[in-house]
Amino acid sequence: MSGGAKLNVRVAEVVPVNELITRFRFVASDGADLPAFSGGAHTVVEMDDNGTRRLNPYSLMSSPTDRSGYEISVRRDDVGRGGSLFMHQHVTPGMEMTLSYPVNLFALDNRAKKHLMIAGGIGITPFLAQIAQLTHYGGKFELHYSARSKGLGAYMDRLTAAHPGKVHCYFDDQSQQIDLGRLLSMQPIGTHLYVCGPKGMIKWVLTTAEAMGWPRQTLHHEEFTAPGTGKAFTVELAASGKTITVGTTQSLLEAMEAAGVDAPYLCRGGACGQCETTVHKCDGTILHRDHWLTPEEHAAGSKIMPCVSRFEGKTLVIDR
Amino acid sequence: MSLDFKPGAFNDFFRNETFREDFTYRNSPAAIQRFPFPFDRDDYMYSVNMEPHVPGRKGSVFEHLLDVDEHYVSEMIDRARVLAEDPLRCQSLPHMTLAGWDTLELVMEAKARDYPQWFSLKKTGDRWHWINRPLGIEQSFTFLDEATLPCGPFEYIMRQTQGDWTLQDERDNTLWMDAGIATSQADWSADFDIGMNFHEWHAPVPLAHEKGIFDRALKFLLKLQHGAPVRRFNWTMTVNPLLDTSPENYPKWGPTKTSLTQGNLGGKQHLRVELQTLYRLPRSNAIAFDIRCYLGKFEELVTMPKWGRRLHRVVRDIHPDLAAYKGFLRNREAMVEWLSHYDDGLPTTPGWWPED
Repeated sequence: MSGGAKLNVRVAEVVPVNELITRFRFVASDGADLPAFSGGAHTVVEMDDNGTRRLNPYSLMSSPTDRSGYEISVRRDDVGRGGSLFMHQHVTPGMEMTLSYPVNLFALDNRAKKHLMIAGGIGITPFLAQIAQLTHYGGKFELHYSARSKGLGAYMDRLTAAHPGKVHCYFDDQSQQIDLGRLLSMQPIGTHLYVCGPKGMIKWVLTTAEAMGWPRQTLHHEEFTAPGTGKAFTVELAASGKTITVGTTQSLLEAMEAAGVDAPYLCRGGACGQCETTVHKCDGTILHRDHWLTPEEHAAGSKIMPCVSRFEGKTLVIDR
Repeated sequence: MSLDFKPGAFNDFFRNETFREDFTYRNSPAAIQRFPFPFDRDDYMYSVNMEPHVPGRKGSVFEHLLDVDEHYVSEMIDRARVLAEDPLRCQSLPHMTLAGWDTLELVMEAKARDYPQWFSLKKTGDRWHWINRPLGIEQSFTFLDEATLPCGPFEYIMRQTQGDWTLQDERDNTLWMDAGIATSQADWSADFDIGMNFHEWHAPVPLAHEKGIFDRALKFLLKLQHGAPVRRFNWTMTVNPLLDTSPENYPKWGPTKTSLTQGNLGGKQHLRVELQTLYRLPRSNAIAFDIRCYLGKFEELVTMPKWGRRLHRVVRDIHPDLAAYKGFLRNREAMVEWLSHYDDGLPTTPGWWPED
């Protein structure tokens, strides 16, 4: 079955963290330990939203050494496709759910002499697990975490209390900003840089570091793209001999699954590459929204990532 | 650490045999029956022949996640001797210690679950108690605390595990062989390869690069998930049941290739099969690669008529570059002649099982 190995879990806790963010704790339905994982890993949560199957990736934020449960934090997106709203409004303690095994696309480089972490908003979640891992196994880190306001700075109190001197907080509503050039200029050789947050922040951090001569191998980022909405479109699936219509709030991957086509996937956020599909014929424009294919591959139009990308035009035939 | 085997390590199941000097190694009839014959058709060419590593046919080498067979105790004694002579056969770079713990956990949990008559693992929080009855080992230790084991976690568990293993760190969209042990290898060296990336250590393999096999294999492996291991076969040929066919010792074993005659070939020439399995490790995000070696004498393999016919055809028709890379080009004609007596030209059935 596509998507890899699955875990049957029960919702153990639902805890509001602030006005936008809610934390969920899952334990194994059979009471056993859950698999260990590495800091930076995510899980794909399967939701049954009144007949619509939603699968959203969320970073695991609990300690990788704690196998008794997994925790995620979900930021409510009132104008998204509905996954986060479902989590906030319908997921309650005791509910049985299905998670994917953890997958890590944002792993620590264990050779690093120091880990410099930059988080924006809900992008803090993978760092919580990574910091727990480094605290347990050893490793030097420093976190710079910016949020819109004190009220929206989830887990700031917990982090600053546990790691005095290593956690630095910034608030947009107080016009505070990370002095990135200065920060990057002060790091010892062998430092690795990790950034997770809004798209603009990731770009700012990576381009600044590259311009300052940081080796590309020391720069790490994680960005999941929500599939996004768009006009409905029709796709021919060559291998399965079906023609399907992708709805306005549906992804191509979801539409294939709804039609009974077992298509491969892992992250469902355009990052991992698992769902890469060959395009046989394209009379129109593929709206590429993934981070997997190269700009050249996007321009060539011979491949598509069905988890996030869409199509506008007359005919699209893909190899699935 | 030394292996101090208690009396009784060998019994009705575990054979007392050697992989050097007098070469008393052989397969019992039951072991021949379950030998992992790697050819599922009458010809051979490289392919990315991966399949999920899920439990397979009862009694086969796929029955359990890790196969413990009748050669276990003797193989571990041979490994201890190789390591005593050359400690560099087992290495782990400093950032791979966590991956070593992942590996130790994988092996201990699998063996205690699948072979409770021989292995036991009890956990009280991070305090673990491990018993390996065939090797007479009993160890209490604290998981993730190196100071509580007699050596690093990778070496500790590898001294109790059949197969050569390498641990790959994942960085920069490739895999780096940053830990490994090789004492039963088909002419490669962990000491030489350590620190290399996926394309570097595969550089000597002929033909496969042109076919783009390594690019595709790497792409596949980078997506390998915890909980969904995969496996494939590889194979070569070895004269005498020598596990340690290392480049370091080539002067000692290379010349034995000139010792074959039609009279001794059936007993001296071995098909060397590698059951290769790959696991994503949970805490380190590294990938463990287990290369488990099975040796079968030609005279043992041809007791299965299907295998006799097929082995003859594979060796006869293989691309000469592959025969050269696998190191048996000079003896190929002699093998074909010996094997031809076991090929009556009848068709063979698809798949590798002997009786199907």
